Amino acid sequence: MTARAPQTPKTAGAMALLGFTLLWLGVIIVLPLVYVLATAFAKGVAPWLSALGNEDTISAIKLTLLVAAISVPLNAGFGLCAAWAITRFEFPGKSLLLAVLDLPFSLSPVIAGLVWILLFGANGWFGFLLRDYDVKIVFALPGLVLATVLVTLPFVARELIPLMEDQGTDEEVAARTLGARGWDIFFRVTLPNIKWALTYGVLLCTARAMGEFGAVSVVSGHIRGLTNTLPLQIEIAYNQYDTVGAFAAASILAGLALVTLVLKTLLEWRFAHELAANRSH
Amino acid sequence: MTGQPDSAPVLPDTFHPPGLHVRTRVLPGFKITLGLTLFYLSVLVVIPLIALIARPWEHGLKGVLFVLTDPRVLHALWISFSIAFAAAFVNVFAGLIVAWSLTRYKFPGRRLLDAFIDLPFALPTAVAGIALSSLYAGNGWLGQWFDTIGLKVAYTPLGIFVALVFIGLPFIMRSVQPVLAEFEAEIEEAAQTLGANGWQTLVRIVLPALMPSLATGFSLALARGVGEYGSVIFIAGNMPYVSEIAPLLIVIKLQEFDYAGAATVGVLMLALSLAILVVLNLIQRRFARWGAAA
Repeated sequence: MTARAPQTPKTAGAMALLGFTLLWLGVIIVLPLVYVLATAFAKGVAPWLSALGNEDTISAIKLTLLVAAISVPLNAGFGLCAAWAITRFEFPGKSLLLAVLDLPFSLSPVIAGLVWILLFGANGWFGFLLRDYDVKIVFALPGLVLATVLVTLPFVARELIPLMEDQGTDEEVAARTLGARGWDIFFRVTLPNIKWALTYGVLLCTARAMGEFGAVSVVSGHIRGLTNTLPLQIEIAYNQYDTVGAFAAASILAGLALVTLVLKTLLEWRFAHELAANRSH
Repeated sequence: MTGQPDSAPVLPDTFHPPGLHVRTRVLPGFKITLGLTLFYLSVLVVIPLIALIARPWEHGLKGVLFVLTDPRVLHALWISFSIAFAAAFVNVFAGLIVAWSLTRYKFPGRRLLDAFIDLPFALPTAVAGIALSSLYAGNGWLGQWFDTIGLKVAYTPLGIFVALVFIGLPFIMRSVQPVLAEFEAEIEEAAQTLGANGWQTLVRIVLPALMPSLATGFSLALARGVGEYGSVIFIAGNMPYVSEIAPLLIVIKLQEFDYAGAATVGVLMLALSLAILVVLNLIQRRFARWGAAA
């Protein structure tokens, strides 16, 4: 049984389908990207650089990196933990656990921000922390991190679980039988088997963490130079008709998206067998 | 080896071989990893969602009903769900054609284009939002063409549709593509040997097999579209009763410090999404049976 190899289109119908595909992808996918880059550099490199040299933009870039640097390791650690528990052991309630794990995928980013306001806002359940102890969570870095972590929570776990389920436990049980201890098994047997899937998950998680807009927008409070991430900075510049500023900031994130796509494609080509077979995110 | 051993093997008195009914966990770390997983999910998903579900009731049932019967809320929900539905529907057809062309036809740049399919996943939504709204504005690259035929895209519900088509494309495409790529050529050839023409092969043989993955892709695109915010708000125009989406209404209610109202809209969105996903899941199971029977 073999899959059909791609062929050169010959019939008129095939040409029509291919033509539609090229036109559709060109207009829907490629054109917006081209537009971002073209607009960012419309007046040359100097205005682009000076737009990025803006103090607010620089602090937005720093904040974006900081939020990602906290959120991604948290979700990567969680992904490893969850994948180990879920694929290496049987326990009641596993499918419920998986459903909860998937929930953030079907959550509107705005809701992922809203819940933190409901918990830690001035009128929230833990609003007293803010009132009585001056612990700032929303409209500050912790809120940005919480919102980002919630939105990107399943990314790493969802890459690892199908793969580790597929690989089974034989190698790890063998290592255990030969006397290896927990961390030895993890670092010498499990990690080498899943390292590319882990890299892949971390890549997707990072891209989303740096680009997240809705959730972060709700908890940020939009304090310039303090709680504005790069995507929020784009909105501010755009709403002030600062086209070059908005698209210069956007071009950075678009560049990031391109790098993500390149790395993702490389991982898929090079390590197809070491990544989980079935993916849709 | 000389057949039977002379005597029974010597085992320490304390050794009791485990019976088959005894479930032993060979690998270590069960308690700690499951514990951490449960803790993390509780703090980050379960408790926040409980806070969300508990919040609308602070002014009693009356407060909830007030929000539920507010025409502006209902309209925003209608906009979000109907347009997400329409965009996912269009994406089923467009995504199918795109997936078909990319898996079946050889042409220069095929792999590059295939990699670009995931751009809507990778491109931050705010970037997509400002790009789309500038492209489709009356004086934009695409908007001026639509303008000549009297069609306004940006700042109308049509703009929301365009943004959701952009966001939803990879969901359908990536669901269908693996099935299409691994579809066995023999089955199609068998159909053709038995006298089916190309169209009959497609409708009777290939499409039924693709139905489950199309349904999965549709659900994913719909769920994403309903909650989408960043790529939509720039192009939507955000006119109450015309092009205001439900997530934006949550943001507006939060800015008015109406936490209960914001939470009510949020719970409503979640409940509707989950209900639709359950229904789609049931339909998908039917398709799966149909596909298996075909």
